[in-house]
Amino acid sequence: MAPLDFKPNDFSEVPYSVYSDEQIYAQEQKQLFQGDAWHFLAMEIELPNAGDYKTMPVGDTPVIVVRDKNGNINAMVNRCAHRGNLVCIEDHGNLDCLTCVYHNWTYDLQGNLATIAFEKGIQGNGGMAEDFDKSCHSLQRLRVETYCGLAFGTFSDDVPSLTDYFGPEMCGNIQRLLGRDMELLGRFQHGLDGNWKLYMENVRDTYHATLLHSFMTTFRLNRLSMKGAVEVSEGGLHHLTYSIRAQDNDQGQYDAKEIRAQKDDYALKAPELLESWPEFECDTTLAIQSLFPNFSIQQLSNVITLRLIVPKGPNKSELTWWVLGAVEDTPEQRAMRIRQSNLVGPGGYIAMEDGAVVGWVRRGVTGAEDKKSILAMGGRDVERISESRCNELAVRGFWQGWHGLMES
Amino acid sequence: MPDSSLPPFDADASLLQRIDTLNRRYGHVIDEDKLEEWPKFFTEDGRYMVTTRQNHEANMPVGLILCENRAMIEDRILALRSANLFEPHSYRHLIDPPVVTGLDGIEYSLQTSFACFRTVQSSAPEIFCTGKYLDRIIDDGSILRFKERIVVCDSERIDTLIVIPL
Ligand code: FES
Ligand SMILES: [Fe+2]
Repeated sequence: MAPLDFKPNDFSEVPYSVYSDEQIYAQEQKQLFQGDAWHFLAMEIELPNAGDYKTMPVGDTPVIVVRDKNGNINAMVNRCAHRGNLVCIEDHGNLDCLTCVYHNWTYDLQGNLATIAFEKGIQGNGGMAEDFDKSCHSLQRLRVETYCGLAFGTFSDDVPSLTDYFGPEMCGNIQRLLGRDMELLGRFQHGLDGNWKLYMENVRDTYHATLLHSFMTTFRLNRLSMKGAVEVSEGGLHHLTYSIRAQDNDQGQYDAKEIRAQKDDYALKAPELLESWPEFECDTTLAIQSLFPNFSIQQLSNVITLRLIVPKGPNKSELTWWVLGAVEDTPEQRAMRIRQSNLVGPGGYIAMEDGAVVGWVRRGVTGAEDKKSILAMGGRDVERISESRCNELAVRGFWQGWHGLMES
Repeated sequence: MPDSSLPPFDADASLLQRIDTLNRRYGHVIDEDKLEEWPKFFTEDGRYMVTTRQNHEANMPVGLILCENRAMIEDRILALRSANLFEPHSYRHLIDPPVVTGLDGIEYSLQTSFACFRTVQSSAPEIFCTGKYLDRIIDDGSILRFKERIVVCDSERIDTLIVIPL
């Protein structure tokens, strides 16, 4: 089975070669990362002032994200139009204009080529070729749009506007979590020992939550009896899964003193770790959302995080976490978020296994390029919604979205 | 915050030696998998945080690990033993002699460089983390305990996961 041969409407079997094949990797760079998809760049609060910039990759491409003097966020490839040197070497900072250190060409904060050192030569000798037109040699620009304080960029002129790309259901959740002034509480990175798609499958895999993460079941953080659903957007691209606090027994479920371990000899000595407050009227206690291809927004009790998984070759990837609070938080609420954040990140009680499993699957499928994984829990097609979270439909949706873009 | 509290204080040799011994024993219980001993190095209200240089300098309150008291520190070990899943691995700490940055009665402030190698099962050891300990130590006359140990990793990037404390 060639990597791109899926049966019509059946994404329940995925050839293992998709994780390691060099050609697939190159095609993803072109079709996904430089193609018709929006890519997370930055939170607006990371770049509060004119001239604030950060550098980051979009797929393999180095990109500068910068706020210009009009307050707009721009993104351009971090590659000098002269001979390809990195224009920004530091990973963040503040600048009036962008200067390439190699031969001192300068660009404005929109990426337009402003000056060329010795453009007219020295004392009439040398200088740029007569026909050289500065206006045709800007930094390569990305299309940028922002939504709820998040800036996204794309190399595509064809992909629809950001909110149309996400669709109303996905926008609803983003608005619910981030449609207010937010505060960055921490940012962490870890290298993962496998293909980026293994991590995105994990983000969309509602089946593993209580099985792989024993911390959750031991402390009954996510009981299967909680109400909720898995939703997949049109064409499979994005997904949202959520749990809502059960109405009957909501009092005290998250009250630290009420938390009882399943094993009597195993209870938290500091149950205040899980102290929380009902932050949302809808009583959603868990929401995991993926935005195609490699971005995720998550609410776990009061921990709100963003995750971006960047490919580093077929067999490596790099995951960044942004841990967020709301500016309106009371000091007590802020303290609760900070304590609960022990659940997430590279050392997170219910997150560390997700990073490890990426490496274990990579090792497990080495040499199995002709074999396939099974994603048949809950059927073989991609329904739009399921109330059971014991279902791999969102993972099938990922492959539907991936396949659609790879073939386009 | 840059460590503007330097240059270091002069502390008498016997105090430096006691602190050095504390650090060695701290590294020893972690590297020798006597992790149940590890929380005892902290006062009851002792704070333990693992963070990165970038987060520390930007005053970010969230840590890779953040324990606000000894009970939370003990829970980290409980979870490591009974709940979390990871590939077996061990650490080897190399800890520098301490630099005293403040002396205030029975409370001392210190900064200490360390390197930590990690060996995952039978693979070759690798540098897992280098960084510094920013400590506040309480001296009750006979025993030194951490009132606060902030582990500031030099790199923003952790390989795969962190579950054993640094
Ligand atoms: S490569 Fe940038 S100025 Fe020459
Ligand atoms: Fe998970």
